Amino acid sequence: MATVTAAPRGATQTGSDLRTVQVRIKRFQPDTNDQPYWQEFTVQVEGKDRLLDALNKIKWQQDGTLTFRRSCAHGVCGSDAMRVNGRNRLACKLLMQDLGARITVEPMLGFPIIRDLVVDMDPFFAKYEKVKPYLINDEPAPHTERLQSPEQRARFDETTKCILCGACTGSCPSVWANSEWVGPASIVNAHRFIFDSRDRGAADRLNILSDRTGVWRCRTIFNCSEACPRGIHVTEAIEEVKRAIMYGSEE
Amino acid sequence: MNYHKFDVVIVGAGGAGLMSAMQLAHNSSIAVISKLYPTRSHTGAAQGGVAAALGNQEEDHWKWHMFDTVKGGDYLTDQDAAEVLAREAIDAVYDLEHWGLPFNRTPDGKIDQRRFGGHTRNFGEGPVRRSCYAADRTGHMILQTMYQQSVKNQVNFFNEYMMLDVLFNDGQACGVVAMNLRDTSIHVFHAKAIVFATGGYGRAWRITSNALACTGDGMAVAYRRGIPLEDMEMYQFHPTGLYKVGILLSEAARGEGAYLLNSEGERFCIRYAPTMQELAPRDMVSRFIYQEVAEGRGIDGKDYVYLSVAHLGKERIDEKLPDITDFARTYLGVEPYYEPVPIQPTAHYAMGGIPTDIEGRVVVDEQNTVMPGFYAAGEVACVSVHGANRLGTNSLVDLIVFGRRAGKHIASKWLPEADYAPLPNDPDGRAREQVESLLGRTRGEGQDAIRKELRDMMMDKVGVIRSEQSLTEARAKLVELRERYDGVRLMDTSHTFNTELMEVIELGNLLDCAEATIAGALARRESRGGHYRNDYEARDDVNFLRHTLAYHTDQVGEPELRYKPVVITEFQPKERKY
Ligand SMILES: Cc1cc2nc3c(=O)[nH]c(=O)nc-3n(C[C@H](O)[C@H](O)[C@H](O)COP(=O)(O)OP(=O)(O)OC[C@H]3O[C@@H](n4cnc5c(N)ncnc54)[C@H](O)[C@@H]3O)c2cc1C
Ligand code: SF4
Ligand code: FES
Repeated sequence: MATVTAAPRGATQTGSDLRTVQVRIKRFQPDTNDQPYWQEFTVQVEGKDRLLDALNKIKWQQDGTLTFRRSCAHGVCGSDAMRVNGRNRLACKLLMQDLGARITVEPMLGFPIIRDLVVDMDPFFAKYEKVKPYLINDEPAPHTERLQSPEQRARFDETTKCILCGACTGSCPSVWANSEWVGPASIVNAHRFIFDSRDRGAADRLNILSDRTGVWRCRTIFNCSEACPRGIHVTEAIEEVKRAIMYGSEE
Repeated sequence: MNYHKFDVVIVGAGGAGLMSAMQLAHNSSIAVISKLYPTRSHTGAAQGGVAAALGNQEEDHWKWHMFDTVKGGDYLTDQDAAEVLAREAIDAVYDLEHWGLPFNRTPDGKIDQRRFGGHTRNFGEGPVRRSCYAADRTGHMILQTMYQQSVKNQVNFFNEYMMLDVLFNDGQACGVVAMNLRDTSIHVFHAKAIVFATGGYGRAWRITSNALACTGDGMAVAYRRGIPLEDMEMYQFHPTGLYKVGILLSEAARGEGAYLLNSEGERFCIRYAPTMQELAPRDMVSRFIYQEVAEGRGIDGKDYVYLSVAHLGKERIDEKLPDITDFARTYLGVEPYYEPVPIQPTAHYAMGGIPTDIEGRVVVDEQNTVMPGFYAAGEVACVSVHGANRLGTNSLVDLIVFGRRAGKHIASKWLPEADYAPLPNDPDGRAREQVESLLGRTRGEGQDAIRKELRDMMMDKVGVIRSEQSLTEARAKLVELRERYDGVRLMDTSHTFNTELMEVIELGNLLDCAEATIAGALARRESRGGHYRNDYEARDDVNFLRHTLAYHTDQVGEPELRYKPVVITEFQPKERKY
C-alpha cells in the first residue's frame, strides 16, 4: 500500500523516546487578524506519536486557539487533511519519527480558509454531488440481493475506499487554476459507480464529466495519486473514466 | 434567535441517523444535524461486518442469531428486542445491498459471509458464517452508501452544528438547540419528532477504539433533562486494540483464523473456551488477556499479548484484512505478514444508553412510559438488544434495524397524529448560558488535566476489572473533577470555529456519562458480561437480572438508581459457556 511508512522494527518494545520538534503552522485568525501569519511551536513528542497527537498537545497545553478538524485519529474519517512539508497528508497517519525535527503545516490549497487549518469543505461536497454519487437502478430489486460476481465486484473495489478527505483535490494544480473543475475526488466517486455492474447511470455521469468542467481538465500530473491516504490510484481512475467517455463504459 | 421548523429533526449522521432519515425523506420535512460532516461519523470506522442470518454459505436461522445475541448479552438482553434484531437484520441488509453497498461476494454472486465472535449454529454448537462484510471496511461502506442515498433524496443537513440541548413541553419532545460551529450562533429547531443518533462515549477511557468525537453528547444532554440512562455500567472492552494506541484490529481477523498468543507462544484461549476458542465473546476474551497478563504471561512481562495473522498468508490478508494490517504497519511499525501484532483490550462500545422500546421510542421509567415524540437509535440508545455484552457485528445491525424502525414509526404512527407542542419559554436559555459562561470566564484551570485524569481514572478503576474499592475511588475522583470542571477556563474566546469550546462542552458530557457508569457499576454487586467485579465474581440472577436506570440529581456522583425487569420470552438464563 502506498501509505506504509518505513518504521524501525521492534519499536513497540522500547519505552519512551521523547524528542523535541519545531512545528511551524500557518495561522489564520479572522476575528483578530485579516492576514494569515506563521507561528512556530516547540513540542515534545514520542517517535510513534502522530502529527495529530502533536497538534493536540499544542492545542491542549500551549495554545487553545489552534484550530483543526479531527475525529477518528486513524485515517478512516477524512477530517484532518492538511499540507505537511508541502504535501497533502492526514495528520493522523503521519508518525513524528518520519517527519524530522522541523515540520511545516498549512491548510490545503484550493479551498477557502475558515480558520487556521480548517477549510470550507462545502464547495468540495457540492462538486461531489454533481456526479450523482449514488447507485442508479430503477429496475425492481429482487427479494434478496442483486447478484454480482467477485470479478465484477473487484472492478470498482479501489474507488470504494475513498473517504472524501479532499487531499487529492487540494493537491491538484488544475483545481488551483480553476475552481469550477470538479476535481479528482468527484471523478473517483463517479468511477465507483460507472464500473459497478449493478448501476445504470454511467451514461448520465459520463455526460456530466465530458463537459467543460469535467475530466478533460486533468493534465495527468499525478499529485492526486501521491496525496491519496487510501492508496487509490486516482490518476488511473480518471484515465479509466476518460477512456469510458471515448469508447463507452464496459456495461 | 435563529429559528427553524421541521417535522422531524435527527441529531447524528452516522448509520443510525441516516437510516432513520431514509424512512422519512420522502414523506416529511426533515433536518439532520451533525457536529461532523456526515461521512466523518464513527460508523465509518467499523470494520468487521454486519450480522444477518442469510444462510448464503451454510445453514443459518434468525432464531439462532437471536439466541446468540441473548446469550452473548449474558441474559440481560431484552428478548423481544433481540427477536426483532435477528429477524429484521435480513431485510435491512438486503436494503443496503439494493442501495449499492459493495459487499464481498461468494463465487455465485451472493453476499459473502464470515465467522465472528459468539455467532453460532444451532444454539451454540460451533461457529457459523453470519457476518456480511465489505473487506474490513464494512462501516465505511455502510456510511458511504447511506450518505449517497441521502444525497439522492436531498436530505437537509446542518453540518458542523453541535446539539447542546433538547426541549420538552406539554409532555412531549418539541425541539433541540444547536450551535453552529462556524460562528457560534445558537439555533432552535422546532419539531414534532426528535431522533437522537449521536453514538457512544468511548473517549471517557484512556485506551479506546473510539474517535475523538465519541463523547456521549446525546446521552448527557438527555440525562441532564431528566431522561434516565440505562445499564451504563455495561461497557465493552474489545480484546484486540493496538498496544498503547487502542486502534481496533477487528474480530474479523480472528474470524478469518487469527490466533492470540501469550509470551510462551501458547494459544491461551483454547484453555478458557475450548469450543469457540479465539471466537468467544469479547468480554470473555478481554478477561482471558487480563488473566494471562496477571499471571505473568504478557509479552515481556508487560500488559499486552500477540495477535498473529501471519499463518493466513499474504494473499488472504490482503484480500480480507487490508486496512487493519495497514494500521499495524503505520502505527506500530509491525509487518503482520511475518510478525505478530501487540494488542491489549481497548474501550469500545456502550451497551447502555437512552432507554427505548422496540419502536425506538424513548421510555422514561420502570413501566416503560413513552416520552412522545422522542426517539433514539444506535449506540446512544439502549433497546436493550446487547444486554451486558454486545456481539461483534451486532452494532451495525442495531443501527440499521432500529434506525429504520424509529424512522418508520415516526412516519406511519407518530406524524399522522402528532402536532407541534409550543416551544417552552426562553427555549435556548440553557444552551446560551452554557456557551456564554464558558466564553466569559477569565480565570481558572484549562481542560487538559481534567480530561487526562478522567480518562486515566476510568481506565484504571472502571475498566475490565472493577471492585467496590476501585469504584468508590472513582466516584470520589469524579466529584473532584466535576468541581474543577465547573471552573474550567478557555484559552480561545473566538466566535469562529471554536473547537476548544466544543471540546470543553464534550468533556462536560463525558463527565456526566462517567457519573452514570460509575454509579450503576457500584450498585451492581455481581459480574455479568462486560461488567466484572473481582469482589462479586458470579452472576447473580436473583438480585441483578434487571436493568439499571440512572437519573440525574443535584448531588454530583449520586444519580438516583431505579431498576426495571428484563424481558424474557424464550431463553431462560443459563450459565454462559463457549
Ligand atoms: C473501530 C471500530 C470498529 C467497529 N466495528 C464494528 C463492526 O465491525 N461491526 C459492528 O456491528 N459494529 C462495529 N463497531 C461499532 C459501531 O461501529 C458503532 O457502534 C456504530 O457505528 C455507532 O453508530 P451510530 O450511528 O450510533 O453513531 P456514530 O456513527 O458514532 O455517529 C454519531 C453521529 O452523531 C453526531 N453527533 C454526536 N454528538 C453530536 C452533537 N452534540 N451534536 C450534533 N451531532 C452530534 C456525529 O457527528 C455523528 O454524525 C465498531 C466500532 C469501532 C469504534
Ligand atoms: S480519492 Fe483519496 S485523496 Fe481523494 S478524497 Fe478520496 S480518499 Fe481523499
Ligand atoms: S482524524 Fe480521521 S482521518 Fe485523520
